[in-house]
Amino acid sequence: MSYKFHQFQVVGRGLPTETDEHPKIYRMKLWATNEVRAKSKFWYFLRKLKKVKKSNGQMLAINEIFEKNPTTIKNYGIWLRYQSRTGYHNMYKEYRDTTLNGGIEQMYTEMASRHRVRHHCIQVIKTATIPAKLCKRESTKQFHNSKIKFPLVFKKVRPPTRKLKTTYKASRPNLFV
Amino acid sequence: MPFKRYVEVGRIALVNYGKDYGKLVVIVDVIDQNRALVDAPDMVRGQMNFKRLTLTDIKIDIKRVPNKKTLIAALEAADVKNKWESSSWGRKLIVQKKRASLNDFDRFKIMLAKIKKAGVVRQELAKLKKETTC
Repeated sequence: MSYKFHQFQVVGRGLPTETDEHPKIYRMKLWATNEVRAKSKFWYFLRKLKKVKKSNGQMLAINEIFEKNPTTIKNYGIWLRYQSRTGYHNMYKEYRDTTLNGGIEQMYTEMASRHRVRHHCIQVIKTATIPAKLCKRESTKQFHNSKIKFPLVFKKVRPPTRKLKTTYKASRPNLFV
Repeated sequence: MPFKRYVEVGRIALVNYGKDYGKLVVIVDVIDQNRALVDAPDMVRGQMNFKRLTLTDIKIDIKRVPNKKTLIAALEAADVKNKWESSSWGRKLIVQKKRASLNDFDRFKIMLAKIKKAGVVRQELAKLKKETTC
């Protein structure tokens, strides 16, 4: 499963000067499509928090963070700040997924579809793995059922490879499962 | 017409698209409305969209998200492989695979066998025709 957004840990600090031999080191975890963008994002956020820029700072480390248990399902809570046409808003969203990157990708696509917010207008404040008891949204809570059971209502008939796709079919498909 | 095949923990499904095409997998948990956590003895447990799965009639008795050993043991206990291969759907798939993997000599042998079979059938038909007309 390849995800568009990767999680990076970026560590950086201001350059040492005569007055400050050992400047404080800052570490951030953020999501970006690649390392270059992650570094840029790091300086963007750090500029807003501390008096340091890329020109008088240095990058110490950048590592990609991978999911520890991609085979278990988790409930992710994501706190975000986004810019709409009229101003900035905070939001809390929940997603069920196997990996945090998958949850973040769901978040970006959902924000784009539901609120028309492009990904550069979204800032992820915090993410957390939420235990089932503390989930707030009904749409995630409805899957917290150990005896979950539902039928697949429509059967979409698909050719098994894209190559066998045809524009015209001889007869109407039968959607009955 | 109520539904007979449900998405549930332990349902066996056939993968009908993608890299694992043709494999039998067990639905081990449901992620959300469109995806299930799916497992098979020879693959890493992963997520799969329901659009890639066709549910079968076979269901095994497992708890939500068992570990690999328990899963394999449950599959053996329910004898899924034999049940599948003796079901009409399973048999059809086996025949399809066999037909796709024939070489020219096999096809020649099949042609001879078909001719022989048709000859025997026609003889019997001629016999029956004679009995009814005479």
